[in-house]
Amino acid sequence: MALQSLDIIRRSATTLPEPQARGAHAGQVAKLIDVSKCIGCKACQVACMEWNDLRDEVGTCEGSYTNPPDLSDESWTLMRFAEYENPKGDLEWLIRKDGCMHCADPGCLKACPSPGAIVQYANGIVDFHEENCIGCGYCVTGCPFNVPRISKKDNKAYKCTLCSDRVAVGLEPACVKTCPTGAITFGSKEDMQQHAAERIVDLKSRGFEQAGLYDPAGVGGTHVMYVLQHADQPQLYSGLPANPKISAMVGLWKGISKPLGLLAILATAAAGFFHYIGIGPNEADAADEEAAQRELEKTP
Amino acid sequence: MSAERKSNQIVRYEPATRINHWIVAISFVLLALSGLALFHPALFWLTDLFGGGSWTRILHPFIGLVMAIMFALLAAKLWRENAMQPRDWQWLRQFKDVVNKREEAVADVGKYNGGQKLLFYTIVLCIIGLLLSGIVIWRAYFAVYFPVELIRFASLLHAFCGFVLICAIIVHIYAAIWVKGSVRAMTRGTVSYGWAWKHHRAWFREVTKGSQK
Repeated sequence: MALQSLDIIRRSATTLPEPQARGAHAGQVAKLIDVSKCIGCKACQVACMEWNDLRDEVGTCEGSYTNPPDLSDESWTLMRFAEYENPKGDLEWLIRKDGCMHCADPGCLKACPSPGAIVQYANGIVDFHEENCIGCGYCVTGCPFNVPRISKKDNKAYKCTLCSDRVAVGLEPACVKTCPTGAITFGSKEDMQQHAAERIVDLKSRGFEQAGLYDPAGVGGTHVMYVLQHADQPQLYSGLPANPKISAMVGLWKGISKPLGLLAILATAAAGFFHYIGIGPNEADAADEEAAQRELEKTP
Repeated sequence: MSAERKSNQIVRYEPATRINHWIVAISFVLLALSGLALFHPALFWLTDLFGGGSWTRILHPFIGLVMAIMFALLAAKLWRENAMQPRDWQWLRQFKDVVNKREEAVADVGKYNGGQKLLFYTIVLCIIGLLLSGIVIWRAYFAVYFPVELIRFASLLHAFCGFVLICAIIVHIYAAIWVKGSVRAMTRGTVSYGWAWKHHRAWFREVTKGSQK
């Protein structure tokens, strides 16, 4: 939630460009989550709660280790536990740390109608500024990953900030700092891609032929990436979308229809105005009144 | 009726209809302003009229319910008078004569002309579309019950219906300004004999039948 406006490259519901002088010349940041190294300890969930001062309700067991059952306004990251039986008949426990992906082309930001409620920093982090949030939920409609949650307490939208406050002062996100296996790493996006490439070589050497990096191009790439053992089937990981992109309906709604709609409304009003100026008012004059009277007297 | 006849006036809208119409009209203006505020960033400042962005988001759907309910009453009342007749299609074919003030060239018109009737149906369809899609995207109470793809479609549909309705109402308001004496029909309730004879001759004959001195 750092508010250094020079770091903001994109702002929701804003038609003019943001200050461009400062960029992320050291490279944009990324968090890399290596699913193959995750042991499901949930230390990242706890670290997130601690750093962000969040205490979600203690839920009940719903038959898996996933708890709370879903992301919420007070749970910005969540370990999702999926049990997958591979073709050999072996069980694989695919544990994915869910949360905001920090898309380069964020659907939430595109959909948001409130100026400055959603911003994108030069380093790639997408952040919600709750003081500008009006609670309409359009970010939920726009997100291809089903991440933002509207609070029932204050009707504001919440999600992972990628610890933008920590990153702004040179620290890594809380979940990264706490991860005991090194499954979560943080650095420049290039470094993370390189690190992922090494991990993928290693995974392939151990029989995971389809291991790969999840950095979906449909949303311009993401600033939270996964190393997946089965990159050809991301949906195995608790429904991670295979080809996420901003829905065409959201694109139309928030794209061309906005200027065209406004223009057409203005054109309709202008057409009326100029019709009046050109043709003049349509009045019933004395002759019409007389004609009406004549007709009344004529008819029985 | 006798007082009105003396001053050569015909009642076009009863008080209940006028009040109903203006509740719909005021709701519409509030809805258009608050809706446009959230539709295009250039108009976000309109949220200030409603007490800020959050208040705009809170109020808009409730005002929408008021408009939908009040319009349903109005539409029920006007439904039969708006049934399309052959002469209405003829009127629409001669639309060019109408907008160029050559009304004498057009066939006699009943209480409503073809354009008014088409506008009526456009408004009916838009308000049904707005009501249904509005419920789907009403985040505070209902959106949670619908799949996200449907919410996306409803968001688009809501914007589209709102856009068509705003354009339709601009036409409606302009027609009322253009055809002098129309506004009086909806504010005072009456029109002059000449007005009825000129613009709605078939209706004029119908309402004056058997009421001559």
